[in-house]
Amino acid sequence: MASVSVWQDRLEETALAPVRRTTARFWALVAAEVAVVAWGIYAYTVQLRDGLVVTGMRDRISWGLYIATFVFFIGISHAGTLISAILRVSQARWRTPVTRIAEFITVVALICGASFVIIDLGRPDRVLFVFIYGRWQSPIIWDVLAITTYLTGSIVYLFVPMIPDLALFRDRLAGRTSRWRTWLYRTLAIGWNGNSSQRRSLAAAIGVLMILIMPIAVSVHTVVSWIFAMTLRVPWNSALFGAFFVAGAIFSGIAILIIVMAILRRTYRLHEYVTEKQFLYLGYLLAAFAAIMIYANISELLIHGYKLEEGAEFHLRQLFLNDFAPLFWFYLIGGLFGPIVIALVPATRNTLGVVVAAVLVTIAMWIERYVIVVSGLRVPLMPYTPADYAPTWVEWSILAGGLALFALLITLFTKIFPIIAVWEVAEDHEATVSAIELTPPAVPEMPAPSGGTYS
Amino acid sequence: MPLGQIVPPEQAATPESSPKPWAATIPRRRLLRMLGLGALAVAPMPVLPELLRTAGSGRPLEPVGGPRKPATTRDGRIRQWTMIIDLRSCDGCQSVGGPPRCTAACIQGHLAPEPMEWIEVYEQELAGGGTRFVPTPCQQCQNPPCNNVCPVGATFSTPEGTVLIDQDRCIGCRICMAACPYDRRFFNWGEPPTPPEARLADYSPEHQVPARKGTVMKCDFCPDMVRAGTLPYCVQGCPNDAIYYGDLEEDIATNGKVVVSASRFLSENDAFRQREELGTKPRVYYIAGHGEAVGRDAFSPGRAETEWPWTEIVDGAVTWHR
Repeated sequence: MASVSVWQDRLEETALAPVRRTTARFWALVAAEVAVVAWGIYAYTVQLRDGLVVTGMRDRISWGLYIATFVFFIGISHAGTLISAILRVSQARWRTPVTRIAEFITVVALICGASFVIIDLGRPDRVLFVFIYGRWQSPIIWDVLAITTYLTGSIVYLFVPMIPDLALFRDRLAGRTSRWRTWLYRTLAIGWNGNSSQRRSLAAAIGVLMILIMPIAVSVHTVVSWIFAMTLRVPWNSALFGAFFVAGAIFSGIAILIIVMAILRRTYRLHEYVTEKQFLYLGYLLAAFAAIMIYANISELLIHGYKLEEGAEFHLRQLFLNDFAPLFWFYLIGGLFGPIVIALVPATRNTLGVVVAAVLVTIAMWIERYVIVVSGLRVPLMPYTPADYAPTWVEWSILAGGLALFALLITLFTKIFPIIAVWEVAEDHEATVSAIELTPPAVPEMPAPSGGTYS
Repeated sequence: MPLGQIVPPEQAATPESSPKPWAATIPRRRLLRMLGLGALAVAPMPVLPELLRTAGSGRPLEPVGGPRKPATTRDGRIRQWTMIIDLRSCDGCQSVGGPPRCTAACIQGHLAPEPMEWIEVYEQELAGGGTRFVPTPCQQCQNPPCNNVCPVGATFSTPEGTVLIDQDRCIGCRICMAACPYDRRFFNWGEPPTPPEARLADYSPEHQVPARKGTVMKCDFCPDMVRAGTLPYCVQGCPNDAIYYGDLEEDIATNGKVVVSASRFLSENDAFRQREELGTKPRVYYIAGHGEAVGRDAFSPGRAETEWPWTEIVDGAVTWHR
């Protein structure tokens, strides 16, 4: 099995490479991300000083870009759950190289999403009142509970499958790295040495976690939708909303995972492990969820449009013809039909095509959240002229800061933790190799490390 | 293959080949304990608020100043405040000239920040053409959507059936504004202007002075004024005596001129409530009309814009638009 051990060495070196070597370009990227985050923090201090009057929100459209971004971030946090838990349960082998990235996106997206709720508060100094005076009747409390539970669960679910890889880092980097890293890996590896009883414990723990995390994830985006659906607003008055939001969450989660994967694969030369296969399969998933989203939209809009209750006509006009028409049509055509077309046409059915589809979907899903929030509030309740909302520079700056924080945390993570689930990839490889040895004619599918053509 | 040059081959060992002796002795138990702790960290999250509340201050879910004894009739029944607005007598103050007096009196009395109109006079299209004016305070719902969604109990129903907001509790999440189907909630988007004397005021949810930045405000139904023996500002301000205030429990209502039996007045005049189909059960009743009792023609539209004259006494007052 010499070939396997050479292969294993190369895998471990690939996983270790980001930690061993840091280029000037990396620090330039970190500096740029920190600068944008700092700009966002500056904008937030302006908002803290003057109040939410510096935003475009007013009494009649009282939620805007912040709440839309909150829903968007909570949505993309479903990347980790879908890829890790659902694919792990269904034992889809191709997932192993991307699980770690997906799980980390979950944790980071939840942190960013939760901060946007606090940014939206008129009294962030009273945020702890939510715990001190929390009422079970409020959908916001459901959200606080679901999101904190999901965040805790995601951190555990990120950490547990990482233990063997942390032990690998501990062993391979011993004496060749800084003291805090030595300490970090030794602590986090919690004495892992890979014996059979530890492996059994790990398998049992992952088995429990991957089942537990799924209902939590579904509940999270369901209660996020209920913040809207529990009000007496016509566009939000839908029993479908929970399922619609969960589907949208997974949809945008896959998209963001594809984008992050593409960037990391190129930066850290992961082409041997993250191959076109991963992109294509995720692209098919994306197309499948686009179909679910189309179904949900038809169901939602047709029911409102057929009955045309009070406010529904105004709502459909603003979506399709007036204020939100450019955004909404982009969402429908680019975000929902785009990925399906890209997956169907052979010429675009490749890594580049999937990445383009993922970018389209990510933008479209942010737009969808924005349109749901703002258009829902814009339908007049009483005889008054419909209000208008346009985000101000403060809101755009804080949005930029939030996106930069997301990128920054992922950038830093890749420099500290193993970005590939080394032991899982190795296990799969061993399984594949032994299967090949039983059937000699087959040729191992193993592209050269630098053989990727995606650029 | 540049990666191969970083580490000599002899260093490329798998984790199994270099176990730590201390770890090998108690690996499984320690690992299980860590995993168990991780799982346990998830479990208590849903009960955390309750735990914190029990462990924290003993402050009850009551407004600042502690629970107040509800207003009662002489024989001890809790009063149920109500408002009846006779639209036959409301012409949007077209005959008076200037902005609606109910709104103006409310703004002046409560020092409501611009652009808040706690009682707002909407001009509503009539089914057969023309318009009517509908003064709309907080509808004081008995199934209040705003109360249901508040995460911290900052907005609450009193035993007298009114809905109040405690600006010392409000966290400014604005979900109540999304929930209110009557557009009756207002947010202090900026630092609300405060006249010097307002700083001396004894704040309570029934008397929301001085206003606080980053919190929600609305019509408080003036129960403090009624207890003190006067009528709410809007009732006093109406030049046509169109607004009645009263107590459903004692079955009495008055516009300051006449006293009526609330139930008979409502029934005999076919009173209705706004957006009844929503099931919010408002405490504000209307008697249909378009100002005919004070000589208004349904086809004479328009009313004067509301003003906030009191803000002129505050230097550098911050205002915003609706």
